[in-house]
Amino acid sequence: MTGRVHSIQTLGTLDGPGVRFVVFTQGCNLRCGCCHNPDTWDLLGGEIYMPEQILEKALRYRDYFGDKGGITFSGGEPLLQAQFVKEVFALCHDNGINTCLDTSGSVFNQAAKELLEQTDRVLLDIKYTNDEDYKRFVGCSLGCVENFLKYLDAKKINTTLRQVIIPTLNDSDSSILKLKEIANNHKCVDKIELLPFKKICKSKYDQMGIDFVFDKYSTPNSEIMNKLNSLLR
Amino acid sequence: MEHKNWQGFNAGAWQNEINVRDFIQSNYKEYCGDANFLVKATKRTQSLMSKVNALFKLERERGGVLDIDVNTVSSLKSYAPGYIDKDNEIIFGMQTDAPLKRGVNPFGGMRMVKQACEAYGYTLSEKVQEEFRFRTTHNDGVFRAYTEEMRAARKCHVITGLPDAYGRGRIIGDYRRVALYGVDKLIEEKKKDKANLALGDFNVDTIRLDEELFQQITFLGYLKDMASMYGFDISQPAKDAKEAVQWTYFAYLGAIKEQNGAAMSLGRVSTFFDIYFERDIERGILTEEGAQEIMDDFVMKLRIARHLRTPEYNELFGGDPMWITEAVGGMGEDGRTLVTKNSFRMLNTLYTLGSSPEPNLTILWSEKLPMNFKKFCAKVSKDTDSIQYENDEVMRPIYGDDYAIACCVSAMKIGKQMQFFGARCNLAKLLLIALNGGYDATSNVRIGPQMPVMDCDKLDFNEVLNRYNVYVSWLSKLYVNTMNIIHYMHDKYAYEKTQMALHDTEVGRFMAFGVAGLSVVADSLSAIKYASVKPKLNEQGFIVDFETVGAFPKYGNDDDRVDLIAKELTHTVITELRKTPTYRNAVHTLSVLTITSNVMYGKNTGATPDGRKASEPFAPGANPMHNREENGALASLNSVAKISYDDCRDGISNTFSITPEALGRTEEERVDNLVNILDGYFKKKAHHINVNVLNRETLLEAYENPENYPNLTIRVSGYAVNFNKLSREQQREVISRTFHESL
Repeated sequence: MTGRVHSIQTLGTLDGPGVRFVVFTQGCNLRCGCCHNPDTWDLLGGEIYMPEQILEKALRYRDYFGDKGGITFSGGEPLLQAQFVKEVFALCHDNGINTCLDTSGSVFNQAAKELLEQTDRVLLDIKYTNDEDYKRFVGCSLGCVENFLKYLDAKKINTTLRQVIIPTLNDSDSSILKLKEIANNHKCVDKIELLPFKKICKSKYDQMGIDFVFDKYSTPNSEIMNKLNSLLR
Repeated sequence: MEHKNWQGFNAGAWQNEINVRDFIQSNYKEYCGDANFLVKATKRTQSLMSKVNALFKLERERGGVLDIDVNTVSSLKSYAPGYIDKDNEIIFGMQTDAPLKRGVNPFGGMRMVKQACEAYGYTLSEKVQEEFRFRTTHNDGVFRAYTEEMRAARKCHVITGLPDAYGRGRIIGDYRRVALYGVDKLIEEKKKDKANLALGDFNVDTIRLDEELFQQITFLGYLKDMASMYGFDISQPAKDAKEAVQWTYFAYLGAIKEQNGAAMSLGRVSTFFDIYFERDIERGILTEEGAQEIMDDFVMKLRIARHLRTPEYNELFGGDPMWITEAVGGMGEDGRTLVTKNSFRMLNTLYTLGSSPEPNLTILWSEKLPMNFKKFCAKVSKDTDSIQYENDEVMRPIYGDDYAIACCVSAMKIGKQMQFFGARCNLAKLLLIALNGGYDATSNVRIGPQMPVMDCDKLDFNEVLNRYNVYVSWLSKLYVNTMNIIHYMHDKYAYEKTQMALHDTEVGRFMAFGVAGLSVVADSLSAIKYASVKPKLNEQGFIVDFETVGAFPKYGNDDDRVDLIAKELTHTVITELRKTPTYRNAVHTLSVLTITSNVMYGKNTGATPDGRKASEPFAPGANPMHNREENGALASLNSVAKISYDDCRDGISNTFSITPEALGRTEEERVDNLVNILDGYFKKKAHHINVNVLNRETLLEAYENPENYPNLTIRVSGYAVNFNKLSREQQREVISRTFHESL
């Protein structure tokens, strides 16, 4: 079993607790307007890795993990390569390394369930809190993500809900309160992270010759972010 | 022996011999609590510091030098007492008769002093020149003995920055001895040593030592005289905390009045002082405010220490540094931490007085340090970019638990070891000289063994490496012999009388060599090995550029294929250096440290096979070349950690810049993550790291509008600088460095 990897970031501090070794997988089933990694979309790109090779690399950074850190798989959509990621996570667990999965929750099958057996924490990106926006800007349904979350709850897997805040699309009080409600309805959710929409990825879009449709939206300032965060308390 | 001023201290061997370590071990109280006990600056401190800040501003406005006394040769007793604000000071003593006024010190060399005066619009007085007319300076002596080849190596910049025209520095007097024992006891002990020497045979070594002891004893007397000019009698041990700090400071002040060495480091005084602070607090004669005030005043004095330098010197050692390095923290051999409340107070001066490059606060890091202290250090780093970290776990087994750091990364046992500083050789230039068969195409100088130019379609790795090693061997011998001359002459004409008086008479010596351009050569050899490199010749038939086709592993990505080349390069150099004997049987050591000279070294070095263009700066110290790191910060740290401290006992410097956002989302996360990064890096047996937590934009802002950032401090290479004091070129280089960012 091999996997396609877009890139590796040896110091990740934003994708899961503590210091993390972050693997960005290649290939995505969604086309979110706010995506900052369009270069991870292509299912056939990336570099081919064996699970053992990922482990060998991750072990080089174990000294930095402390008691909270570990490995995170992000993407792209790691669930598209669930079996590969599961094998890596199993190897990590054999070596006492904490595992974290950053996902859209939009792929839910037997392989995904098996992967979750080896996952210590899920970072679940809830893009929007209504189905219309999901269909319009993401390319899947909210229900599909909710099913995934229900399963996490049933399996008692620690979950962080994350949302990229895009002014005018999902920065209303009601949208944030809805997100809070979703969190409250699932015991597995112990944290919500609101991430400001950023546009530094525009150069990537330009380079790839793709239109960055979301360029028209502004980036939220810290005042907006603080206000929205206060709603979550 | 007993002394009334020692009442309340635990007894120990320290009472019967000069043994500061034993005093510390017998008396200090480790502190594992948090930083909440610390207090803010008092009104007095704030008011005095605002006076100092006004002087700093004036100094900047006058082009970097406030004033020069051109009529007086700097020494312990040559200036009337100076003050900032006599009635409000707690710790006394100035280098000259006024703050920030620089003295002249021609013992290292007259020409440098004249040029330095002229550079700032002054003229060295006839009187001083007359005084030195029939006197040999260190510089005179060196150039009497230098060979043609040594001059050529210096001229073409394959070895530069040698201390042959200024004080060598990198010697740390055990300034604490003056506080603990008083000067009279120290004189008595030195007299005993001198009498003992007379019992043996006299030869070159013993006669030299005998004369040195005479000078040491004389200058200990001068030190007492200097203190008495300020109204203090330092012949006896300090009786309280204020005196302990004052006595220690006088000893340091004597050293910097006498010597203008490049690095005049302080040692390891914080925990030593803590014993006095604790005794006074217990006696009810000192409060926390009072303790912090004493430290603040002491540090203020250190911040205004200055030496007069030439613009050429500033190119090598940018930012007007003194390297008043103070080692803080560390673990003891018995497993207790050496962290005390006063370790916190020392760091707290970066808040009470604001961030600052001096003193050069250096945390001796161990995973075993108290968590509260680790977190406080990380917070200070994040807030001030003013401190550096060195690995206590690799140094303590070698130097024990009472060592300190001279300059940036040079460890030595305090009062028991010293070093002969030797700047560095340019490995990248050496590679080009080797490829050109003994010709430096930048300066058009023929040097080294003469061989054919390596002209071919594709350079062969093994051939190049063999050729290069021939030149390493040649340069190493030349380098050691050059250093032998320099330090013979320095001992003869500019011996450090005050500092060596504060050492044991029998002292261990290191001879510290250095390399620059390590990452350039590692990547160049990697390019030759893994890609295809074709030399490009000029009309005279010398290689001046390269055509490099194909990918190759680059140092800084945790890739053993190239990292081990870098490791092997340093191993080869130290092995070759060891083949030539040193002056006074000093132990050969090696550093990978550039200060800011990486810019100047780059400027004087042609294009290299790694794709670096002619005159482009090198990366500083052991850093990977800028922006070649593709796998993030930890991969870069892992690469540097592979360079062996056993090969590079004089230190391996790494400067690490990261944006606050890349360290985590919240304040707490950032502190925790930085602690984990430091723990991880040092567990890999890495030696040193400078930590900057800032955005490139801040530096760009400061570059454009310096007046808005008068106190912006950043770590560069083993030390910190005020960003505004760097040359424009050095500033651009700092801005171009890798900043580890979040995506």
